[in-house]
Amino acid sequence: MRRVVIPVAVLVGLALVPKLSLDLPYVFNGPVSSPGTLQLLALCLVFAGVALTYDLLFGFTGLLSFGHALYFATGVYVADVAMTKWHWDLGPSLALTAGVGLLLPLVLGAVSLRVAGIAFAMVTLAFAQAGSILVGKNPDGLTGGEEGLGLDFHKLPEWMVGVLNTKNLYWLALGYAAVVFVVARWAVESSPGRVWQAIRENELRVEVLGLRPFPFKLGAFVLSSFLATAGGVIYLFLIGGATPQVTTASFTLTLLVMVVIGGTGTTWGAMLGGVLYTYLDHRLGALADSGTVQDLPSVLKTPLSEPLFILGTLFILLVFFLPGGLAALGKGGRPRALRRIERALRQKPAGEGVA
Amino acid sequence: MDTLVLLTITGLGLGAMYFLIASGLSLIYGLMGVLNFAHGAFLTVGAYATWYAETKLTGIGSVPLRFLVSALVGLAVGAVFAALVELVLIRPLYNRHIEQVLVTVGLGLATTALVQAIWGADARTVAVPSWAGDTTTILGAAIPNDRFVEIATAIVVLVGIQAFLRKTRYGLIIRAGVENRAMVTALGIDVRKAFTLVFAIGGLAAALAGVLSGVYFGTVEPARGTSLLIFAFIVVVIGGLGSIGGSAAAAVVVGLVQQYANYYASSGLGDLSVVLLLGIVLLVRPRGLSGAFA
Amino acid sequence: MSLLSVEDLHVYLGQSHVLQGVSFDVAEGGVTALLGRNGVGKTTTLRAILGLAERHGRIQLAGEDVTRLPTHKVIRRGLGYVPEDRDVFRGLSVDENLRLAERNGGARYDLVYELFPELRERGRQLAGTLSGGQQQMVAIGRALLNDNRLLLVDEPTKGLAPSLVTEVANVLERLRETTTVLLVEQNLGVVRRVARDVVVLDQGRVVHASPAAELLADRERVHRLLGVG
Repeated sequence: MRRVVIPVAVLVGLALVPKLSLDLPYVFNGPVSSPGTLQLLALCLVFAGVALTYDLLFGFTGLLSFGHALYFATGVYVADVAMTKWHWDLGPSLALTAGVGLLLPLVLGAVSLRVAGIAFAMVTLAFAQAGSILVGKNPDGLTGGEEGLGLDFHKLPEWMVGVLNTKNLYWLALGYAAVVFVVARWAVESSPGRVWQAIRENELRVEVLGLRPFPFKLGAFVLSSFLATAGGVIYLFLIGGATPQVTTASFTLTLLVMVVIGGTGTTWGAMLGGVLYTYLDHRLGALADSGTVQDLPSVLKTPLSEPLFILGTLFILLVFFLPGGLAALGKGGRPRALRRIERALRQKPAGEGVA
Repeated sequence: MDTLVLLTITGLGLGAMYFLIASGLSLIYGLMGVLNFAHGAFLTVGAYATWYAETKLTGIGSVPLRFLVSALVGLAVGAVFAALVELVLIRPLYNRHIEQVLVTVGLGLATTALVQAIWGADARTVAVPSWAGDTTTILGAAIPNDRFVEIATAIVVLVGIQAFLRKTRYGLIIRAGVENRAMVTALGIDVRKAFTLVFAIGGLAAALAGVLSGVYFGTVEPARGTSLLIFAFIVVVIGGLGSIGGSAAAAVVVGLVQQYANYYASSGLGDLSVVLLLGIVLLVRPRGLSGAFA
Repeated sequence: MSLLSVEDLHVYLGQSHVLQGVSFDVAEGGVTALLGRNGVGKTTTLRAILGLAERHGRIQLAGEDVTRLPTHKVIRRGLGYVPEDRDVFRGLSVDENLRLAERNGGARYDLVYELFPELRERGRQLAGTLSGGQQQMVAIGRALLNDNRLLLVDEPTKGLAPSLVTEVANVLERLRETTTVLLVEQNLGVVRRVARDVVVLDQGRVVHASPAAELLADRERVHRLLGVG
């Protein structure tokens, strides 16, 4: 019962946010219902969802991918290119993105899953790097290369465009996060979900039971990637353009940081991490420019002016003192989820025995 | 023909830098099971320490001498930094591999950000001895001299590391530890000292790569460590994790493929080809070229 | 006072509670054999004593509590270990394998080469290219290089041809004159020849401890505890 009531209550609460004129000084720059704050919150929600899609892959199935950014970037770039460069309408653009978002992980996943452990991580990294390079090369001027590609707003329906309509985008992001949450819950508790968890624990035993792990692993990979692509589309609407930053390995590492901060293996842990990281990344940047920090002696001011420095340091501290992430607060000890990831890295390719 | 020569030697020069980074990564992973995402930070620290020393050592008039001294400073800083990282951040997390990897991720991000905060994101010029910028003609091609420095350095390092591994007691411990760490401790040997040593060696080699990249590009910049690191990872995996010889071979292949593809196919395709090469190697032979796999 | 004292040893491997309160003593001098059916936890016991497996309980070496010590420190107290799978370093030569075991000088190469002359001949050969029996010689030689007061030997005759089994038994006989050995062994013939005391494990606990002759004379009991006739 509690498992249904709490999420629903949270959902309702979050949905009401644009209607509140609540002011939280220091936490946000303006009242909670202001477009600026809603934009930030919406971004947090998008990354809550995307972080969860990443966790779905390794927290639940034990597949550690270093190339998740590729699928997120697919959502961002395919939709953008379709609307801005080819002048397609929203509907067909979304359809194309969905198609690519299903086909790409299907093909690349089928290839990558021929290996396991570190090799799998490296192959996924390789494919993502290839994507990143491709985007940077700006073929036919489609992707805008290093400068990115601004979105053509005329292709979007009215209710998505304009500062006053930020709340609509907020609700869209909330809807996305909710959908990912529900799918993740279902995935874990359904029969494919049980097989995934079994594969994660002991792939050999699953085979002995007569099940072939490969289709299940591929299914998890495609599902997780497709949801990430969807997140990319929402991100595109929110930001209003595509930048090559989202194709980089650093971006995937950022997702990893989000999942670790929140704690892997619980649905809400990764989401919390996504929210927290996105929030800190933005607010720390603003903090650096604020008067209080500018008055500090330069030996303190300089490091604090880079949000990534603070985040990186916090992350290190977190790993030392709270490796289970926030979800493990109060539980202590080294969570099984981390041991799973470790085993995922040490797996030998198929046919050589499983860790 | 002369283009081919230029491309080949440039490819070898790049490969030399990849090898320097990859050698440390390979040893660290082979012995400790740690994927060191902070390795790029060692490179950056070494590169910037060199550049910084150069700006401060204005007392030394001769550019080559100033560069040499600064480079030595950079190497020392890189090695010490790496050793400290191992002692403070990695050692306390003994046997908790995933936490160790995560810590290196955080450290990599934090260090690059810090360097950027202090000295900005733009590239800074490094004063290199003028003969490095001159060219020597080989088989009709004009080769910038810095390529030879890189190749020579990499060869020296390769020979040096192999000699260290084969002739010294710590080298013996490391070779055994890469195979079976638990059994090494069961012989009464404290492997943790070997860990610090391996990190220091890795840091030294990465810093060296940083210095050489300063010569190659003529500048230092915060993002370079990370961008070179990705190629180094690819080299390590293609060559086989834990194998120095494998890394050397793979570095040569990667450097050459990158140059040839960039020129004969189209610019940017070189990087893509390297990535595809990794994919192909892993799918055909998941153990990498040397057959070594953790 | 016994040389080795194991008290209430608990070891968990994953979810499995492999050792559930193992307690026994090893008296100084001679061979104590650790017996039991397959998979009962004999190897785990040896590994736990050395700290190669996470353990709870108390382990004392000549009165000193070594439970919290890391493996290399326990070994340096004068222990030698011959693992079940030999665990020689395949990429290293025979010489290098032996050299690695050197501690603070006083390496007894004479003794090792006297017992295993082949090791001197094959010094430069890569350990990975040796036969099983030869690798066993390296593994044992390694443990003998130092004047260890306690040797933990895990199934040294496993997979060896009968002539080699005899050779190993001969070595053990010689060793028991000068040092103490805790021997895990399935081959009862060898146990009968060299062991002074036996400790039997079953279901994670010690179910029998006595002089070897006493147990081995009782055929019915041997069959019940060890599953062999």
